[in-house]
Amino acid sequence: MRRSLYLKYLVEPFIYLSPSIFLIGAVMMIPLIVGISYSFQAIELLNPFNTGWVGFENYIALWGDRKFWIALENTFFWTFWSIFFQFLLGLGLAMLLNTDFFGKRLFQALVFLPWAVPTFLSALTWAWLFNPVIGPLPHWLSALGVLPEPYNILGDPELAMWGPIVANIWFGVPFFAITLLAALRSIPGELYEAAQIDGASPWQTFMKITLPFLAPMIAITVMLRTIWIANFADLIFVMTGGGPANSTQILSTYIFTTAFRKLDFGYASAIAVALLVILLVYALIVLWLRKKLVKV
Amino acid sequence: MPAVSRRHPGLVIGKYLALAFYLTFALFPLYWLLKIAVTPDALIFSEGTRLVPSAISFDNFVTVIFQTDFLAYFKNSLIVSLGTAFFTTLIAAGAGYAFSRFVFKGKRIIIAIMLITQMFPLLMIIAPVYKIVADFGLLNSLTSLIIVYTAFNIPFATFLMQSFFDGIPKDLEEAAMIDGCTRFQALRQVIFPLTLPGLGATLGFVFTAAWSELLFALMLISKNDTMTFPVGLLTFVSKFSVDWGQMMAAGVLALIPSCLFFIFIQRYLVQGLTSGAVKG
Repeated sequence: MRRSLYLKYLVEPFIYLSPSIFLIGAVMMIPLIVGISYSFQAIELLNPFNTGWVGFENYIALWGDRKFWIALENTFFWTFWSIFFQFLLGLGLAMLLNTDFFGKRLFQALVFLPWAVPTFLSALTWAWLFNPVIGPLPHWLSALGVLPEPYNILGDPELAMWGPIVANIWFGVPFFAITLLAALRSIPGELYEAAQIDGASPWQTFMKITLPFLAPMIAITVMLRTIWIANFADLIFVMTGGGPANSTQILSTYIFTTAFRKLDFGYASAIAVALLVILLVYALIVLWLRKKLVKV
Repeated sequence: MPAVSRRHPGLVIGKYLALAFYLTFALFPLYWLLKIAVTPDALIFSEGTRLVPSAISFDNFVTVIFQTDFLAYFKNSLIVSLGTAFFTTLIAAGAGYAFSRFVFKGKRIIIAIMLITQMFPLLMIIAPVYKIVADFGLLNSLTSLIIVYTAFNIPFATFLMQSFFDGIPKDLEEAAMIDGCTRFQALRQVIFPLTLPGLGATLGFVFTAAWSELLFALMLISKNDTMTFPVGLLTFVSKFSVDWGQMMAAGVLALIPSCLFFIFIQRYLVQGLTSGAVKG
């Protein structure tokens, strides 16, 4: 009797969990391991006779691949500026939504709407907005003197990356605002009352109360978002396809175009492993920094 | 902090300017999409950058719905997204319940694996998934997309469901179990009605995610009759890249289901995104 009860408690949670474990294992974890093994093989679907284990050949090719290094640099640029503006604008929006004003519920629903727009559609919409034939942005930019004449910045290697970045900011601000809003609401109101009684200016209140309280949430959100954005290929793939002249190619779009257009699975997997390693190193550095800062 | 604003009239003006900025930034692109979609073809180039079109026509919508394959793409996407949302929610509810109510060996490892799946580049597994799906002969089938999307969305949906279960007191089902219900009966009769809002929110989140997925659908689907909406639209764009009005009308149509679900899940956004905290 005792034994069967013990067995029951041991087994029961897994009855509820088994479908999840099975699916995650079969569709994500096994392919992950297979994917890593692909990076040591030659697998080109367009070249079926040239398959087999090749050791580190893919990685050696990667080391000498100029496109890879350009994509790496672009990944940093893309991730940094996307996060930077998403965070700033998201924080501003969260602080606005934490105050009272007329029509707040409707306002909140409308400004969060971009989050619900399917990414391929955000990408297309912004690509169209940047197109001088049907979009107003080039005309406005040239009227402001930013562009010498209204042309499509998505075709200009110097500026093309800003197209997907702007689309990404548009799409990502609601996410930051929502997360930071939840954190803002957890700050005890008495703190603000006390600050007000002591005659603190709004800027002082922000620097001494709001920011320190938000700091842990900011740290974790920015870290997770950085990883997510570095992996995010949809916008760039739809808007520029990595062009012109690879000026918008980031590592994740390079993985996708290598797998999808060239069907070269071995090389695509090698790029993917490189990206994974970079993200791991990044996560470890952030965790280490956090530990250090918390100690002090 | 309304008190602060009351003291500084400058801040009030600044605040409303900021509100106007955010509203314009969020809505302008969608307005433009709609504007081009309803501008008659003859006027698109002459009025390309006018804010308000001088005439409105719904011809583009009629053409898109009746003369192209978009209705079929729409149906495929609906099947895939609804199927994914249904299976994911069902499976994730089980997992979320287990995380919320049981202490057991291996719990930490399973949670850690679920978190890892949210971190690594999903594109990493696009090649192996393609090969596995091909080996099962499931390329160009909606079934393969439903299975793949379901697995992708389970971790996030599980954490979301767990947060909903955590909000329901344990005493409720314990009382039912003392009264002679099995745990499953208690779950079905006592807990299930209380989690309906949570289930609804999870359905909405997963539906939205499946509706927008593009890259795996591009990889796994190449036949016209099983294309989902994103794949179909992208193919259309690369083939007929000058039919602006029609492309945007199709875009507006793609927006409808997302918006409907968004209105529905909007009030769960704060809870949902902070409990998952990893998913866009």
